[in-house]
Order: sequence, then C-alpha cells, then structure tokens
Amino acid sequence: MVTPSTNARRAGPATGSRSFLSRLRDGDEVARLLTLLFAAAVVLITVAIVYQLWADSALSRHKFGWKFFFSSVWDPVFDQFGALPFIYGTLVTSAVGLCLAVPLGLGAAIFLSELAPPKVSDTLTFFIDLLAAVPSVIYGLLGVFLLVPLMRENIQPFLKAALGFLPLFSGPAYGLGFLTAGIVLAVMILPFIISVSREVLLSVPREQREAALALGSTRWESAWKVVVPFARTGIFGSIFLALARALGETMAVTMVIGNTPKIAASLFAPGYSIAAVIANEFTEATGDLYLHALIELGLVLFLLTFILNGLARLLILLTERRGAEVRA
Amino acid sequence: MTARLLWRKGLSAVMLTLTGVCALLALSLLFFILGYLVYHGGRSVNWDFFTKLPAPVGEPGGGMANAILGSAKLLLLASLIGVPIGFFGGVYLAEFGGRTAGFFVRYAADLLNGTPSIVIGIFAYALLVLPFKHFSTFAGAFALGIMMIPITLRSTEDFLRSVPRELREGALALGASKWRAIASVVIPAAYRGILTAVLLAVARVAGETAPLLFTAFSNRFWSPGWNQPTASLPVMIYTYAVSPYEDWHRQAWAAGVVLLALVLLINILARTVLARGVSVPRQ
Amino acid sequence: MTVTSNSALSFNFAPVPGAAGRAPAAELSLRMSLAKVNFFYGSKQTLFDINLGIAAGRITSLIGPSGCGKSTLLRTLNRMYETLSHARLTGEILLDGANILAQDVTQLRRRVGMVFQRPNPFPKSIFENVAYGPRINGTSKDLSEIVEASLRRAALWDEVKNHLHKSAYELSGGQQQRLCIARALAVEPEVLLLDEPCSALDPISTAKIEELLVQLKETCTIVIVTHNMQQAARVSDFTAFLLNGALVEFSPTPQLFTTPADPRTEAYITGRFG
Repeated sequence: MVTPSTNARRAGPATGSRSFLSRLRDGDEVARLLTLLFAAAVVLITVAIVYQLWADSALSRHKFGWKFFFSSVWDPVFDQFGALPFIYGTLVTSAVGLCLAVPLGLGAAIFLSELAPPKVSDTLTFFIDLLAAVPSVIYGLLGVFLLVPLMRENIQPFLKAALGFLPLFSGPAYGLGFLTAGIVLAVMILPFIISVSREVLLSVPREQREAALALGSTRWESAWKVVVPFARTGIFGSIFLALARALGETMAVTMVIGNTPKIAASLFAPGYSIAAVIANEFTEATGDLYLHALIELGLVLFLLTFILNGLARLLILLTERRGAEVRA
Repeated sequence: MTARLLWRKGLSAVMLTLTGVCALLALSLLFFILGYLVYHGGRSVNWDFFTKLPAPVGEPGGGMANAILGSAKLLLLASLIGVPIGFFGGVYLAEFGGRTAGFFVRYAADLLNGTPSIVIGIFAYALLVLPFKHFSTFAGAFALGIMMIPITLRSTEDFLRSVPRELREGALALGASKWRAIASVVIPAAYRGILTAVLLAVARVAGETAPLLFTAFSNRFWSPGWNQPTASLPVMIYTYAVSPYEDWHRQAWAAGVVLLALVLLINILARTVLARGVSVPRQ
Repeated sequence: MTVTSNSALSFNFAPVPGAAGRAPAAELSLRMSLAKVNFFYGSKQTLFDINLGIAAGRITSLIGPSGCGKSTLLRTLNRMYETLSHARLTGEILLDGANILAQDVTQLRRRVGMVFQRPNPFPKSIFENVAYGPRINGTSKDLSEIVEASLRRAALWDEVKNHLHKSAYELSGGQQQRLCIARALAVEPEVLLLDEPCSALDPISTAKIEELLVQLKETCTIVIVTHNMQQAARVSDFTAFLLNGALVEFSPTPQLFTTPADPRTEAYITGRFG
C-alpha cells in the first residue's frame, strides 16, 4: 500500500529513537552526561571510602589477622591492638539502648498508627521527627551533666538495692558506663523506631483491621494480634535501622561511656565503644600501626552498619510489598 | 457481659492507654530537653558569646565568635560540595538514569546514608589531612558535604518524580527538548520540595561533631584561612563539656542552646513554611 | 496531495461532509496521513494497521470506547508516545508529505501542537505560560504581542488581560484549558491535537472550547480525541471510530452518525456499548 516514493523517504529509524548527534545538538546528551558525572561521583566516593578503609588498615590486618577481634589488649606503647573491648562495648550499649527503646517506640508507634486521629498523629510525628534532629553532642551534654549525676546518686544505687544479686547490676556506681551510654542511645534511637514503625504499621491494609474488628476483637487485640504481626518484618527492619545508628553513634557515647577499654559483666562499669575510641585516639595515634588499627576499627564499624542497613531495608521493603499485594 | 469479655475490654483499655503513655513520654522528652537546655544555658547566651573569642583557661568570660563563624564557613562549603553532587545526581536518577546505573547510584547513596559519621571523618582525614600534614576547614567541610549527598540526592529524585507527567509532556509538546523541559518546567515545579530537603540536610550536618574532630579540628582563635583548622560549635560543646572547668561548662551550655535553636529552627522552617503542599520523604 | 490522487490514503475516505456540491472533493487537501501504522507497547500491540488522512483546515475527531487506542493514535501524530519506554511504532506518518518519524522530534512538535486531557499549565504566570513556546523556540517577535494574539485566539484575552502576571493556577479549570490552548497556539502550529480536552470541564466551559475549535480551524488543522459522541458530532468534519486498536470506520461526521456503514459503529453510536 505504501508508494515507492514514500518508502524512499523513510530515512530515519521508524521507532523514533533519535540519533546521538541530534540529541547532542539539543543539549539532551550534554545534560545527561553532565548529570551522569555527578551521579558517578556518588558511586566513586562510596567506593573510595571502602577502598580507603581497606587499604589504610593493611598493617593492622596483616599483623593481627583474626586475632584482632579476639584480643582484649589495647596497648599503643607496645603496639598491641585488640578490638574485643570496643566491640563488646558497642554491642552492649546498643543492646541496652534497644531493650529500652523498642518497647517504648513500638508502643508509641501503635498509638500513632492505630489510635490517634490522623491529624493528631501527624502533629505528634512532626515533634518526634524534631527529636530525631537534636544533634548527638547535645545528648552528650545532657548525658554528662544531667544523666551521669542522676545515675550515680539515684538510679544505680536503687538498681543495686533492688537487683544487686544479678551480676549486671553490681559493682561501684560511677555514673559513667555501659548503662548510662545505653540509656542515652535509647533516647537517641527512639524517634527513628517510632517514625519508621509508624510508617510500616500504616502500610498494613485497613481490611486487616476491619476483619479483626468484625470478628469481635477489641481494638488492642486487632492492633497486637493482627496489625503488628502483619507488619512484623518491617518492625524488625526499623529496629535494625535503629541498631545501625546506635552502633555508629559517636559523640553522646564517648561523653558518657567512661572510655576504659575493659570488658565487664556489670552494666555499671565504665567501658569503651568502637566509635568512641576512634574519636578519642585518632589525632593522637603516633605510629602507623596504631593508626591502621584505628582505621580497621572504622572498617569493622562500616561493615556492621552496612549489613544491618541492608537487612533493615530488605525487611521494610518486604512488609510494604506484602501490604501492597494484599491490597491489590 | 461475661467475665472473659470484661477482662478483654479492660486489657484493651489498659494497653491502649499504655501506648498513649509511650507516645507522650517520647514527646515530653523533646520538651524536656529543650526546657532543660534553655534553663541551664539561656543565661550564658549573651552578647559576648556571639562577639568574643574564647577566654584562656582560668579567665572567666569570653565567647565563641570564632566557632560560630567556623560553623558557618563549614556549612557553606559543605553545601557547595554536597548539594550540587546530590542535586544533579538526583536529576540523573529521576530523568536519565537507566535501570542498572540507577541501581548502583541509589545503592551507593543508601550506603553513604548509613555510614557512621566518624567513618566519613576517617575518609576525609586520609584524603585531605594526611597528605597536607595539617587539619583544615576544607577537610571538615568535605566530610560534612559527603554526609549531605544522600539526603539531597534521594529527595531530589523523589520530588522530580512526583512532578505530574502532564507538565513534562506539556513542555515537550511545545517543542522543548528534554533538558529544556526539565530545567524550565520540572525543576521549578519541584524546587520547594528540593529546597526543603537541602535545608534538612544542612540542619543534620550542622550538629555533626564526630567527622570534624580530626578534619577541621579546632582553633582557639579566628581561623586564618580555608586550609587552616577552625573551631566549630559542636566541637566546642564537646571539648568544653568534657573539660574540668566550671566556666567552660557554662559556655558549653550556651553553645548547646545556640546550636539546638539553629538546628530546630531550620527544621521547623523547612518542614512547615517551605514544605506547605509538599510531602517530605523520610530519610 | 489530494484525497482522490492518493488511493492508498483514500481508504474509507468519503467526500466532504454533506456538501458535495459546495466543496469539490479535489480541493480538500491532506495535512497528515497515516499508512499501516502499528503500535506496540512492550509486547502488546495496541494499534493495528491504521490508515487515515487528516484533512487540512478541518476538524477530525477520533471516537471509540475507552482503551480503543484513540489517545495512542493521537500521540503518534506528534510522537509523544516516545516518552514511554518500550513503545514501538511501525508504518508511516506523513506531515505535508514528509515522514515525521525521520524528522527531528522537537521541530515536529513545534509544528504539531497538543492540548491534554487535564489542563496542565506550568507553575508560572499566565504570561509566562503562553510565552514559554516562543521563548524556547527563540522567536524574534515581540513576546507580549504573541501572548496577546494567542490569548485572543483562545478567547481568553478579555478575561485575563488585567492580570497576566498572576499564577496560572488561579484560573478556573475551563480558563486553564483555554490557556493551554493559547500556549499551544503561540508557537503557531500547523496541526493542533486535543486529547479529550473537555473531560475535566463543566458544560459551560466545554461549550466555550467547542466554539473556539470551530473558529480555530480556519487557521489550523485540528484532531480531537473525544469520549463524547455529541461533541464529535457537533464540532468535527470527519470522524474516525476505533475499536480494540483498529480503525472500524472513517467518514464525514454526518454520514458516520446518520448512516454508519459498519454495524459495530452503529452499535457504539446508539449506545449499545462503550
């Protein structure tokens, strides 16, 4: 049906993708390449960070190998470096933080998503997001001058009297230490847990709630036995996200943990965390091996948060997808 | 009503009240922190604080003028580094990015977002302090700038994507080339949201201390140049708070009030005034 | 190129509507013509072998139930489908005898303007909206003259002349749509495509736009997609009826609505489906 003359005119690609040159003339290609350059910079920086952490910890990695993680000797004078006390301190303070923040945060998130009217919920979330914006050094300041004396004079003696038979709550009350750092961390990660959990709970389809209520559940039963289990993976995600933040948190912990590289069973004892030792000793690291050992600690911290963040994102994504599937 | 039903209803009421208490507790934390800080630091925020250099140890008085200027310089330079990379990278993701390239860029940004700030400090140290053998404002700003990238990037992408298709097509239908449509219609339509995100990113790094400890370091005097160490509010709060001097503690509180006021003000401004009509994506 | 001289494109192309005596068929020239147009979205084909001629200076309307491919067909005429990934088109579309698929797409879109289903003014002032096209095309003429002329052609001038610098979003829906028409006219397109331009408007605004279209055809060739058969009957000279991606019938409008040749057309216009 097409005449020969029109056939000859069909010079360009029939699908309409334009030639590189015409796109170049319009500036489209220039814009694409320019923005690509910046996008590539993001990847480059990330790769460079990983590479730098790896390369600049070489001395320590070669000298200590896996022993680095199991030795609790940290002695710059004799060039002996073991990360165990710092890893222990990081994990213990984070665990204390989670134990305190998770129930509180989950409770608040349930209130915000299930009970509060949308307007109230949004307003409260606005303020809770502000809480997340408070700089960590401010938490440290409050920790040093408010929480530490309070712990030393009131809370620790009280815990000791009530639960002193447990090794966790024994020993002298310094004020500084694992427990104090854990409490500060709990306050800091609380807004993240609330914010993300609320989002996850809100992504649970309404039908799930209505089905539970229609079967005669009370509102609490619908929330606790239907909505929360539905959002279970996402809530775990929010917890992992908070944990990743807690592990990497530096200033507030540095200011209240006591900065003593010791492993102690008691939560009252002073300790140290990975981030805190880097913050304190980095500028004083005289030898190359010392510096490399500190950078290896940074590498450990990076890998820990990397794994946790990845897991968290995956879990949150899974829950939201599940919500969307059920809805669809 | 059976006893069992009564128990269930009672439990429901109790537990729901408890969740409300949790929310209230979280909320009251914010106001408590604000109140306590203002109560302790408010008195020490005076004219001297904004205009004078820190007094030597043992002498009362003095201020943090150099730290305020230092923080301002750090934030300015950090924005100059972080915002263009984040913004144009976000434009690439939203408008040009293919599936594979987009995945890598997004993944890298998420990774950066989750990287502890102290690790970014190590990176800036290795890159910009070690080779030059001295601490510098530039190195500190570089670390903060990196921290601004992921927030700016992802929000730019989100806000550009949320611009209705019809606006893009309207421009294309008039014979605009793709970049022209993006630059003259899509970006202007999304700019409020993007600006909000940039401000939130500034507020976030304004309080960062850890990456500055061994990049910008600190300085008792005015910083003589961009390649010299500088004082900053967060680092001053830290060093003054852990020092044994009563007068320094007072100054630390004052600096805390100023820093928190700054950070919360930017946050509130960005989230209410600018964000009217745009939703702020979560970080 | 005329209807009678091109047998390939006179497919189903009957003489001028109800006026065989007044306007001889030979004088009716084609501005655009489509030959064997197939369109694929991914692996799904949504247009099948469309052959169609668009008469210059006339209004052609595309009707059919939703999902029949009428909007897709319209979007092939200025290659707007290219904004979708995985879209593919085969066949030939001519504008004044030249294949549009081989042309520069931005040039093409300057000649073939488009108005969308929902009013889509840019977040700029009324003036800047109309001036957008001439500005990006680098006109040498006075912008304010172009803006005034375009707004007059779109019958909006009297309503907005005193607040040209207000945001376009302050206009009513009907005014916004006329603003979008003015914006399209400002680049002086030869063909104007309208994709259900009244579907979001009230009856009074709709009437205004229909009136406007009839005036515009003196200077411009118009193709309109509409869901509303009465609208097609009122404003257009030719009507094409599509069903499931295929062109079922293409005739002068009065003929299609009074004596449809195809039973499926009859079923549609009498309201039996769609």
